[in-house]
Amino acid sequence: MVKATTCIVHLRVNGDDYAPGVPSHYTLLETLRYAIGLTGSKQGCDKGDCGACTVILDGEPHLSCITPVLAAEGREIRTVEGLAGAGRPHPLQDAFDLNGAAQCGFCTPGILCSAVALLERNDNPSRTDIREALAGNLCRCTGYTKIYDAVESAAAVLRGQDGGTENGE
Amino acid sequence: MSDTPRRDPALGDLPLWADSGDGSRPDSGAGSGFTLIGRPQRKVDGLAKATGKAAYTDDIALPGMLHAKILRSPHPHARILSIDTTRALALEGVHAVVTGRDMPVRYGIIPWTPDEYPLCVERVRYIGDGVAAVAAVDEDTAIRALALIRVEYEELPACLDPAEALAADGSDERPFIHEPRREGRNGNVTKRVQLSFGEVDERMAGAEVVVEGEYFFEGTTHTPIEPHCAIGRYDENGRLTVWSATQVPHYLHRELASVLGLDPATIRVVQPPVGGAFGGKSEPFDLEFCVARLSMATGRPVKILYTREEVFYAHRGRHPFHMKYRTAADEQGRLQAVDAEVLLDGGAYASFGLVTTYYAGQLLTAPYTMPSYRFDSTRVYTNKPACGPKRGHGSVQPRFAFEVQLDKLAEKLGMDPIELRRVNFMGGNTRTVNELRVTSNGFLECLDAVEKASGWRERHRRLPPGRGLGVAGSCYISGTNYPVYPNEMPQSAIQLQVDRSGRVAVLSGASEIGQGCDSMVAYITAEELGVPLEYVRVLAGDTDFTPVDLGAYSSRITFMLGNACIDAARKLRRKVQEAVAEDWECRPRQVQLAGGWAYYAPDTGRRMRIARAFNLAEARHGTLGATGWYNTPRDNHGDYRGGTIGASPAYSFTAHVAEVDVDVETGVVDVVRIWVAHDCGRALNPLLVEGQMEGSVYMGFAEALMEEQIFKSADQGRAGLHNAPSLLDYRIPTSLDTPEIESLIVESIDPEGPYGAKEAGEGPLHSSIPAIANAIHDATGVRMDRLPFSAPNVWRAIQEAGGPKALAPPRRRAAPPPEPARVDRTTVGVGP
Repeated sequence: MVKATTCIVHLRVNGDDYAPGVPSHYTLLETLRYAIGLTGSKQGCDKGDCGACTVILDGEPHLSCITPVLAAEGREIRTVEGLAGAGRPHPLQDAFDLNGAAQCGFCTPGILCSAVALLERNDNPSRTDIREALAGNLCRCTGYTKIYDAVESAAAVLRGQDGGTENGE
Repeated sequence: MSDTPRRDPALGDLPLWADSGDGSRPDSGAGSGFTLIGRPQRKVDGLAKATGKAAYTDDIALPGMLHAKILRSPHPHARILSIDTTRALALEGVHAVVTGRDMPVRYGIIPWTPDEYPLCVERVRYIGDGVAAVAAVDEDTAIRALALIRVEYEELPACLDPAEALAADGSDERPFIHEPRREGRNGNVTKRVQLSFGEVDERMAGAEVVVEGEYFFEGTTHTPIEPHCAIGRYDENGRLTVWSATQVPHYLHRELASVLGLDPATIRVVQPPVGGAFGGKSEPFDLEFCVARLSMATGRPVKILYTREEVFYAHRGRHPFHMKYRTAADEQGRLQAVDAEVLLDGGAYASFGLVTTYYAGQLLTAPYTMPSYRFDSTRVYTNKPACGPKRGHGSVQPRFAFEVQLDKLAEKLGMDPIELRRVNFMGGNTRTVNELRVTSNGFLECLDAVEKASGWRERHRRLPPGRGLGVAGSCYISGTNYPVYPNEMPQSAIQLQVDRSGRVAVLSGASEIGQGCDSMVAYITAEELGVPLEYVRVLAGDTDFTPVDLGAYSSRITFMLGNACIDAARKLRRKVQEAVAEDWECRPRQVQLAGGWAYYAPDTGRRMRIARAFNLAEARHGTLGATGWYNTPRDNHGDYRGGTIGASPAYSFTAHVAEVDVDVETGVVDVVRIWVAHDCGRALNPLLVEGQMEGSVYMGFAEALMEEQIFKSADQGRAGLHNAPSLLDYRIPTSLDTPEIESLIVESIDPEGPYGAKEAGEGPLHSSIPAIANAIHDATGVRMDRLPFSAPNVWRAIQEAGGPKALAPPRRRAAPPPEPARVDRTTVGVGP
């Protein structure tokens, strides 16, 4: 096995600039989790199968566990930690809570990133649009139903049509 | 003495109890009388999980932490002749290596069947069995070190087939996988249970119809999205802390002490949020012992994170079952006798297998009256990863076979399958043929609900060929009556602690694995003490600080922990009511606590803030706190050997209708929609109950159509090698695969459950699989008695039936109407 070489990578994550030193074979996920300390993105399979590591690269969802960290230099990286505004969650995060869309919560960061990327290009997605946008994210708890509900209700909030979800009713 | 009745600024926008002007919540005074219970609520950890802030085990990094990896056996069955770790230890960055000889103590989750070592000592029993572990400065170094460990093996004949395992004789050619516990026994038989109730043979002989069938349920695995992970820290005071993604911190605590030879009082087990479990994390695993032992060896914290491949080897998932059933009924469809023979493929270790072998028979006896019943179940070892409990432990497989048997029975008798199930309904407050006490029972309402929602009467046996509806029912336990190690102490407990601000801390030993148990105790505490939900903090799953709860298994937590929480909260509430009553010079029961206030019940204009009420109680009673606990009733089962297994304080009931669209040319089954009705007693938070139902339906559907935990045979190149240890190849359903699910909650209000609640996490899985099998039959006339109903399997079954053109799906009229709209209404109804 070849011994690893290290390098300094320049990353822009959630609007902040980082320059961690990492083994050059590191993936973006390893760098986020173990070098920068942003542990919100999860490792479920480490080979691009489960989607728990999904982050948003230049507006598009990407599997950070199969993205070499060097390939993320110079790009705008957003993780689950970058979705919320100061002191308040993103409407989709709130909708996840209100709709019971996160059970164990382990797939949730990746699903949020895929769904936010969807909502940013389409604020009125059909259920088919949502299913297709989430097809790369495995959830083992929910059967996906409550996740669709959450995305739909967040879309309504983003369009300015709050679906009356106050207090979880 | 009361405060002015106005909104307290400290309570923000929270609606107040009995304050109907707010409109954001239904008036709690109406209907149920509850303020929170029975209504959708946020979860206490919902936003933490939705913002990426919840810290799972692998999100924890400790200063100076080392990373470890486990070397695994490449052979399905072999003797370990020697292990040389010197080259690994010499590698720069390696801090310690341990082997089985460093922890030569057997353990097992069931105290009667300890047959595992943390790392193998003299023998490996499946491809993936742990042999040695290395702690190094980072994972890459640990992986390099594994390659430097030399293990000398003597290969032994491997046995992958349970029937062959039964035929082993202990010779060199057919060795036992474990030595027999008693001389002369077959060491490959881990458990055999034979039980008989009533006069099976007589009733079988005298019955109008008898259906015989053979079924095979392929093994499946849990695949939580979070891989197992553990961190051990042995500190300067000689105390060991283990953080682990486990469902059973208490049992892990006990096993760590026993295997490592430590005083349990020096061990702390912390269970961070768990990223899914489904039974796959409900016993100790090699990594937990290894991080502890390696931390003791190095004095530094040590972490192990399984790869996804290792999760497939750890397994403990659904046992493959070979099943034979004979089911007899009279001319009205009333069951007369059931005779079952079941062979369980257990894999390399016992795990929970003793219980699984009982559950394979014991849990089939509701919701139908069965005047006689016999089962003979045998679990054997094979050289594959050990099977154990997966959601619906041991009873999902027989339920599949039995509910298909009932469908065949209905067909033979020309009865509607729902009507056949109604005819056999056992009712509530009764005993099963194997003497289990059944109290609340909402199964009939479940049948009614799915019948109506699915349009069953208009559509069953009437859909166009290729399209079909199927029904099935089931029941499941709400916890087991007995813990896995015999003791008389409570199964579940809660400690409450109150701050002068009104904040209430709930200390819970239970394991939050996504099912919502931390939230459940917060709802109950807020309901009973009248504090806003936001005032409740839950500290859970830390054996140094929380009372013992036995773990998140057998659907026990809502029932047991919920009752414990009500017990604690009511003790505390009484103290508060007494103190306020003294202040108001009224009777304690005239004081009500709700929505952040203490009220004078006869005149709710008179009230005080809950914090002030707590302060009065603290002044009167001293520092405020309470403990509550729950233990199971002991008289609700038979006194025969094994009669306690399957006994539960309450049973949940489920009915499913599945609709399928089968492409008869290719064998592809499209499950269009599933209607599920589940009797959960009372839905404490209906949103979470629906979530459990939908997740269960999904998981059942996945097993029905897609999933197989299978292994290569010798002629496929390498005996015992897992066929697909990745999430790409072991296919679990994506959003595009999963059918539409409609959840229908049925509330039977159990007499002993917390506010009447029963379980919802496992029961709703069972009947989805036979409902799909029965729907495929309605669509095609072809019976699927083997799982999974994958396209190749269905295609083969269609070919065996003579090919697509020969199919004759059962229809109510000789020539089935081509369109549902043209159904002749006069013939619609129950029965033939």
